[in-house]
Amino acid sequence: MFAYIVRRLLATIPVMGVVALFVFALLHLTPGDPAVLIAGELATDADIAAIRAKLGLDQPFHIQLATWLWSLARGDLGISIFTNLPVTRLIEQRLEPTLMLTLTTLIVSIVIALPLGIISAWKAGTWIDTAVMSFAVFGFSVPVFVLGFVLILVFSLQLDWFPVQGYTSISEGFLPFLANITLPSVALGMIYAALIARITRASMLDVLAQDYIRTADAKGLATFDVLIRHGLKNAAVPIVTVIGIGIALLISGVVVTETVFAIPGLGRLTVDAIVKRDYPIVQGMVLLFSAVYVFINLLVDLSYTLLDPRIRY
Amino acid sequence: MTATALEPTVAAKPAEGRVRRVLRRHPKIVIGGTILLLIALVAIFAPYLATVDPQKVSPARRMRWPQELYWFGTDMMGRDVWSRTLYGTRVSLVVGIGAAALATVGGLALGLITGFIRWADAILMRIMDGLMSIPAVLLAIALMAITQASIQNVIIAIAIAELPRVTRLVRGVVLSLREQPFVEAATAAGTGLAMTMIRHILPNTVAPLLVQGTYVCASAMITEAILSFIGAGTPPIIPSWGNIMSEARSIFQVGWYIVVFPSVFLSITVLSVNLLGDGMRDALDPRLARRM
Repeated sequence: MFAYIVRRLLATIPVMGVVALFVFALLHLTPGDPAVLIAGELATDADIAAIRAKLGLDQPFHIQLATWLWSLARGDLGISIFTNLPVTRLIEQRLEPTLMLTLTTLIVSIVIALPLGIISAWKAGTWIDTAVMSFAVFGFSVPVFVLGFVLILVFSLQLDWFPVQGYTSISEGFLPFLANITLPSVALGMIYAALIARITRASMLDVLAQDYIRTADAKGLATFDVLIRHGLKNAAVPIVTVIGIGIALLISGVVVTETVFAIPGLGRLTVDAIVKRDYPIVQGMVLLFSAVYVFINLLVDLSYTLLDPRIRY
Repeated sequence: MTATALEPTVAAKPAEGRVRRVLRRHPKIVIGGTILLLIALVAIFAPYLATVDPQKVSPARRMRWPQELYWFGTDMMGRDVWSRTLYGTRVSLVVGIGAAALATVGGLALGLITGFIRWADAILMRIMDGLMSIPAVLLAIALMAITQASIQNVIIAIAIAELPRVTRLVRGVVLSLREQPFVEAATAAGTGLAMTMIRHILPNTVAPLLVQGTYVCASAMITEAILSFIGAGTPPIIPSWGNIMSEARSIFQVGWYIVVFPSVFLSITVLSVNLLGDGMRDALDPRLARRM
């Protein structure tokens, strides 16, 4: 097991290496001069030269690459062009809202999706199944910001149940935090819930067709026990896999959700950086989000042994 | 003997029309396809559907709610939301189909190469693994950040972001086909590599690619709207659904109707493409369809 973890950790190095090279290449494969693009239309020659020096674009190519990789290895993501602050510091400041939003979304989606998927598989072919699967197609088709707007419109503007926008830190009280985070979590969680419900149904359908389920049923176990302890437990591996892969949807969605709900997190930082063409931040965010994605999927792989004792590494 | 016995029952059945039979067998394809066709017609005939110039600014008629003259109301610059939404259909369809076509063709080429040439496989698939670990929307955003905003660049950025998944799909198909007896037979009979690819491999990639291409189209439409919405997509001068929503974001509390109409159009369009994709998957791959 330990050897396997080490091997898998080592295997992420080439993947992240490709990401790092790609992020580096982004700035250099730009058609035209990136410094001109970043500086904007009103920039003077001196401004452009300053940006070029700041990004190290005046250095020879191999020096740039070496500098980039060396600073990455030390955990240095460069300095933001507009705020003059280290990108790592900016990330630190914005981390909490995004982390909380992702966690609550994860909880909301799983709490909605698992029961729906299980019931849908249990009642396969009935109107309940059709309804749940229609919900899944709907969840895939309604973009997160559309859902966000609808939720704000109904629950904030019309019913006045939740604040319209913004974020309150959990340190300022749990209830205000919850009031602010609920709508964004539901908006962001819908597509994710659709994905999880779909795979839960598919995976449960496979398991429920097995002989041991019939046995469990025949010996008079309660339906709940059959579905959860015998069914869900054996259907868990594909579900957890999709939860891991679906993190990509969550990351993409965070960028949009934070814009709709005016949450000062990493997504908002990314969007602002793109509008201002603050390139070190964009590079840092792509790297960070990809690293998180790769790492979570590594954890998912490792979790298989816990979920299914037959899987050994 | 058996055949003659069966004939009357077969003949007695086809009372229902052909249309109904197709509808019953592939409802998703028919429903999705019909909606999509309507939307395509809207895109083509946008100039004739009671629209005015979608860019025409008239400050005197700002922020009118939907009414007889302005079916979807007017925005903060007095532009007609009905016209802008209808013209927005063009952007969404062009980007969706364009990105799907580009990603499919690119993925097919790369998939064939990686499936047949081992040294290229090692290099290309490592690159694809890396690209795949960057969430697609984020990758498209990053690409848009370094180029000028234009529809063409949006299509290219989204296609690149979707490329790894298509490549992987084609590679998988090629790798399993390569071991099939009919491909071995072709090789044994002296068929060249190029000919084997065209005659034996390519036709078998059509079905999965068609399904995948539809899904790429749906997600490209959403990604375009996201890019425009956060200000990194279609240039603001062109009325796209994402742009309309992005402009109305700051005045959402008073002018939410501006956001509603493009939202509904976008959701219905994406839904129809997804239905079409699900229907084609069901029709082309019954084994998978039963599981999903």
